[in-house]
Formats: sequence, C-alpha cells, structure tokens
Amino acid sequence: MSLRGKTAIAGLGITRMGKNYDHSNALGFAAEAISLALEDAGLKRSDLDGLLVTTGVSYRDGLASFALQDSMRLTTRLLADVNAGGSSAGTAIAIAAQAIVAGTANVVACVFGDAPLKPPVAGAKSGGAGDAYGTLRGLDSAYGAFGANWVYALLAQRHMYLYGTTQDQLGAIAVAERQWANRNPLAQFYKEPLTLEDYHNSRWIAEPLHLYDCCIVSNGGVCVIVTSAERARDLRKPPVYILGVGQGHHPGPTLENLDTGIPIAKETAFRMAGVELKDIQVAELYDCYTITVLLSLEGYGFCKKGEGGAFAAQTRLGHNGSIPINTGGGELSSYYMWGMTPVSEAIIQARGEGGERQAPKHDIVLASCQTRNLSTHSVVVMGTNP
Amino acid sequence: MAEEAKLIPHVSSELKPFFDAARNHQLAVQKCDNCGALRFPAAPMCLKCDSTRSSWVTVSGRGKIFSYTIMHRAYHPAFKAPYALAVVELDEGPKMTSNIVGIEPSKVRCGMPVQVMFDKLNEDVTLPRFRPAD
Repeated sequence: MSLRGKTAIAGLGITRMGKNYDHSNALGFAAEAISLALEDAGLKRSDLDGLLVTTGVSYRDGLASFALQDSMRLTTRLLADVNAGGSSAGTAIAIAAQAIVAGTANVVACVFGDAPLKPPVAGAKSGGAGDAYGTLRGLDSAYGAFGANWVYALLAQRHMYLYGTTQDQLGAIAVAERQWANRNPLAQFYKEPLTLEDYHNSRWIAEPLHLYDCCIVSNGGVCVIVTSAERARDLRKPPVYILGVGQGHHPGPTLENLDTGIPIAKETAFRMAGVELKDIQVAELYDCYTITVLLSLEGYGFCKKGEGGAFAAQTRLGHNGSIPINTGGGELSSYYMWGMTPVSEAIIQARGEGGERQAPKHDIVLASCQTRNLSTHSVVVMGTNP
Repeated sequence: MAEEAKLIPHVSSELKPFFDAARNHQLAVQKCDNCGALRFPAAPMCLKCDSTRSSWVTVSGRGKIFSYTIMHRAYHPAFKAPYALAVVELDEGPKMTSNIVGIEPSKVRCGMPVQVMFDKLNEDVTLPRFRPAD
C-alpha cells in the first residue's frame, strides 16, 4: 500500500535560531516549536496524539520523548525518540505518515530541539560549540579525531584527489547558499553577505575545509505536524502532501569509494511518489558541510559521480540560478537543526511562503536528510497536490 | 614543569592484541580464521565470508595515505594544531585512521608512502602512528 498523498504536513513551527538563550535546554526549544506549529496549523495541544522527538547534541541528556510528554501533559498513542542522527527528521516524518495511514495515530508532532550554545560565563575557559561537538570516537580520538569535521575533511580531500575538485568549487557552494540566506529573514546570516574571497580568507577548520565549508551552530527548535490529507484540508494552512518517503543506509565507510545511502533512499521515495529527478522543482539538500552538498548532487544524479565540483561552480546554485537548491541558506548559512533544516525550508517553499527567496515552481519539493558521512540517508518528497 | 598532556586510549578487550603488538613495536590487524581476509578496525564478522572467528596477525607497517586532513584546532591539550590526521591504506589492504608525523602537515599528500612508528604513551599503551617511508 502506497503512502502517496494520504498524509500531509499541516503545521510548521520554527523558534528563534542561533545564539539565543530563550530556553536553557533542548526540551524548551522543542516545546516552543510545538506550540508555534499548533498555532500555524490552527490545532490545539489536545489534538496531538503522537509525539516523535529528536534532540541534537543534547541527546545525551536521556529520553527526551518522556520528558517532553510529561512536561506538556500530553496524552498520545504514539511516543518515541527518533535518533538516526542528521537523518532523523525524514525518518520521523515517515514514521508519522505510516502511523496515520495504519490508524495508530491521527495528529503527530515531529519535533527537533537543540541547545549546544550556552550563555557566556565570565572567566570560563570552556564551553561553546567546540565543546558540544568535540565528541570522542573510540580509538580514533587517540589520534586527535574529534567531532565530525575531520570525517568530512577526509571525504573532501579524497574527492579532490580522485576528481580534481577545487577549493573554489567548494567555495561556490558556500557563496551560493549565502546568497539564499541573504533573502531569508529566519537565517542567522541574513544580513551578512559572503564572497568567494571571504571564503578563501576564512580560517581553516580541518583542511581542506574552511570555516565557511562548515555548518553553523544553532540553539533552536523546529516542529512539523503531520496528519491525514483529509484533516489537513480543513486546517489553517494549505496542506503540503507527503508524496514519497525513503531511507537508504549504505554500510560505508563512505571514504572507501564515495558511495552514499542516497540512491537507495531516492529509489524508494521516488517510486512511491511516482516522480523522477527532472520533476523535482526545489531541492533542499542536507549540508552540514559543502562537501555534503557536492556528494548529494552526485548521489541524486543532478550530475555524474566526480563532477559535483564543476557542476556546483558552473550551475548557479544561488538565487536566480538554474536549480533552486537550499533556498533558505541551508545549514551552512541559515540554521543548523539537523534534518529539520532542509525539511522546514521545503515546507516553506511548497507552501509558497518563501518571500524574496520563493522558487517560481514549487509543486514538487525534495528534502534530503543524512548522517554518518552520508551513508545514512532519509528523504521526503512533498507536493502541493495529493 | 607540568607533565606533558596525553590522551591515553582505553584498551578494550577487543583491542588488547592490537596494543600488545604495538608495545612490541609491531602493527597488528585482525585476520579471519576461516578465509584469511585481513580487517581493521576490529569487527565481529568477516566481510568476505561472514565467519565470526578471527585472530590477530602482524603486518609490515607500510602503506600509503588514502586521505588526510590538517586539523587546525586541538580539542585536547595532547594535540598541538596544526596536526595531520589520515587514513592509511596498508600494503596488506586494511585502512587505519592515524597521525602522520615527522613531516610538516602542509607537505602531506594523498598517495604518499608511509611506514609505522611507535609512540610510547605510558608503560601499558604504545600508539602506532605513521611517518613518511624511508
């Protein structure tokens, strides 16, 4: 049984993003995002009967679903923490859609909250994003392999070595996304332009990745409310129908031959949606690093393997370019809410609420989410018609 | 004078043979008892034949840089940025995350031949790293 068009996204809530301390923890941001999404949809808290929770860096704090359910005094038929890393958003939306079609829940809030940034403390020598993301990974950490930067740096270096990909080409992605962010009032870099020269002058993080090859860090929350297509039509906002969902998990390591989970996820979701790549009018690609965008362009087949660099530099990905990709500025320039960054912008575009950055055609929109250096993938194809 | 900061890896039972070999200045990887395929990092199952029986064997310690990065921030006082972090493809096949030492990080390249060296962290733990081959 296909899910195509049977469910829809009826509500979207996005809190303030970036260096804001409106809440002291991820749950606070998640609760506010739920509240905003209910308001957006014209629903009440008591209408929710499903809650799927993902917390970013704060996942170490324990089972957020229990705490959030308790703190909001919700009564639900579906409750779970969804942790598939950066691909959780697409995974949660798929679980919600499946539950609704199966009749095990009716109105499901998929929520992400994160609070890696803490207010500055006088005299403190630690804290901030570096600490939050400087995680240890077994034996590798003995070699100074902390966090995620090095993993993607190795992918970029390997791509450069095999295919002659250049720093300019990676920079073109960063610059293009910034052009979009400069048209997105929600973006942390809304008011700050970026040139290729700025890119080259930015400090190295993990060579060949500059500062602007890496996503930003955000405190914030995003909530997406999924319900049946029928119910969504009676609510406040135009429904954004879920046409196709899919996951793809490649055993990796991606570094081996630069293969990803994308083709598997794409095949499942596109088959369900009955679409081909040429039908996709707006694509929101997970972009924790510029190299992630490049490998995603190749993975989805926008260009051939190895040609992602040239494609990104020659095809204008930015505003008024030939393909609207990462129209909000992505995780590189708008906000870093893991998979909720591409998902939230895809919903905004599908609704036609993109303002200055609205893509002219937005009937079929793709949101792709990934983690584990692109070996783990989830994708949602959304549309304005069921 | 403060003692030099060190990051001593945890010697798990799974990795004990790796560290035992390193203490004797030898590089060890896992070998499938059934089909003989070599593997690293340590894993519970052979990817060639699905056997779960394995032993540790020593290898030449020679290989080539498969990919690398120059880390420009040290998240731990045991490291001084910039330093080179690489995946080394051993001549025998398996790939190993490690450091490239004995060379300016900016001079490291993919494909560069390297050989293992041993860095004694304390009486129990010696860590293999790599340097340019002679």
